[in-house]
Amino acid sequence: MADLITLRVTRYRPENDTEPTTQDYEIPLRKEWAVLDGLNHIKDHLDGTLSYRWSCRMGICGSCGMTVNGEPRLTCATFLEDCAPGPIRVEPLRNFPVIRDLVVEIGDFMRKLPQVKPWVIREEEASIDSEYLQTPAELDQYKQFSMCINCMLCYSACPVYALDKDFLGPAAIALAQRYNLDSRDQGSAERMDVLSAAEGIWSCTFVGECTTACPKGVDPAGAIQRYKFTAAMESLKAFLLPRGTR
Amino acid sequence: MSKRSTEPLLWLLFSAGGVVAALLIPALLFLFGLAFPLGWVSPPHYAHLAAVLGHPVSRLGLLVFCVLALFHWAHRFRYALYDGLRLKHLEGAINLLCYGGALAGSAVAGYLLLTPW
Amino acid sequence: MTGKAQYTQFHPRWYRPRVPVLWWLRRRSYLLFVLRELSSVFVAWFVVFLLLLVYAVAQGPQDYQRFLDWSAAPGIILLNAVALSFVVIHSVTWLFMLSPHAMAVRLRGRRLPAAAIGAGNLVAWVLVSAIVLFLVLG
Repeated sequence: MADLITLRVTRYRPENDTEPTTQDYEIPLRKEWAVLDGLNHIKDHLDGTLSYRWSCRMGICGSCGMTVNGEPRLTCATFLEDCAPGPIRVEPLRNFPVIRDLVVEIGDFMRKLPQVKPWVIREEEASIDSEYLQTPAELDQYKQFSMCINCMLCYSACPVYALDKDFLGPAAIALAQRYNLDSRDQGSAERMDVLSAAEGIWSCTFVGECTTACPKGVDPAGAIQRYKFTAAMESLKAFLLPRGTR
Repeated sequence: MSKRSTEPLLWLLFSAGGVVAALLIPALLFLFGLAFPLGWVSPPHYAHLAAVLGHPVSRLGLLVFCVLALFHWAHRFRYALYDGLRLKHLEGAINLLCYGGALAGSAVAGYLLLTPW
Repeated sequence: MTGKAQYTQFHPRWYRPRVPVLWWLRRRSYLLFVLRELSSVFVAWFVVFLLLLVYAVAQGPQDYQRFLDWSAAPGIILLNAVALSFVVIHSVTWLFMLSPHAMAVRLRGRRLPAAAIGAGNLVAWVLVSAIVLFLVLG
């Protein structure tokens, strides 16, 4: 008989509860099981009313982010054994409104993301059968930032976003940098207004927790500080150079 | 609008101040704050210190250091008050305190270091 | 957990947790962040301390001696000891944790690893401190 471990899961049923409560579930402690497998076990065998999001189980879809033992984690990449002996606290991601149980509402991010125009912008499109070539060194400039899976762990870890919901936030800025640093892109000037607004990069105080939380090694904190430098240089140039030469 | 145009400049001052503060203050503060008062090292003679501080290069260097370090404080402390104590609604007063303080301190430093002794 | 549930258009009620005023006491990394930011207060204090020294030296040998006596008062020594520890937090975080992440230095097309930038900063710190010691002690 396998060992057991307790998952202490946050429940919030909006039709009954005014505040979240917790519920304990005993699940088998299996070496190959992640927290997400434990939740699936609960859903399938113990309590079908538990709500949470998940999809790929391999750290690509970015939908199973939750707060595990107080840390923002992908539940598919957090193994039960590493959290033993338990009880393991499973809460919804912080800094987002809770819809139900472990499901949070990320509409705020979905509205912010298109503001930074996260796509390749060209002044003139090349003809349909030509390609935009890129060297490995050019790819290397932005590749790290392209690994983002929009899992929202960085927003959950960010105290600035917790305090100020107008803050554009780590992932959106890192994704803007992903396109700014792409040799095929010509849209960095279009992105600048949103990024260098007070609610953009300047709200960030470099706590660095977004980078710690990121499961894909994106380093949003680094991206933001580097963009601060770029923006500061741009505004110095605008200040020092007469109009027309810039 | 005015905030957007000054923020990059304030950030550059903050960053430059952070670098000079990180490199210079530990050694200086260790000497004058602990080592000399506690008698670990005997303090320099007046004539030596007066000669070092009398040189225009060191005075200019100290002035630059003071201005940058003060703006470093202003910028960081402002955000510490905004976020750490959740006082963003007092933005105007905080900005006045921080950057006004840094400007006033810079003026005092300029007066002390630029007037001939 | 004192937040209020709210009715919204498409969902019956969302629960919005509220952030406590002293939110940075709840996590070690947040506490370190706030201590790091508080170091700026002691940076400002050091500027004041330095200007007092400069003023004393400008006034003459007696004032310089008076400054040395004043700085040996227990209260001032204690203040400076606290200030020094905060300034060291600033130096260590700034030189080895923040700037290596914030700078993207490229050498022959390759990005320098953060550790290399940190090592460069360490050399600069030692060098500057040596110059300070040389200038002050002669």
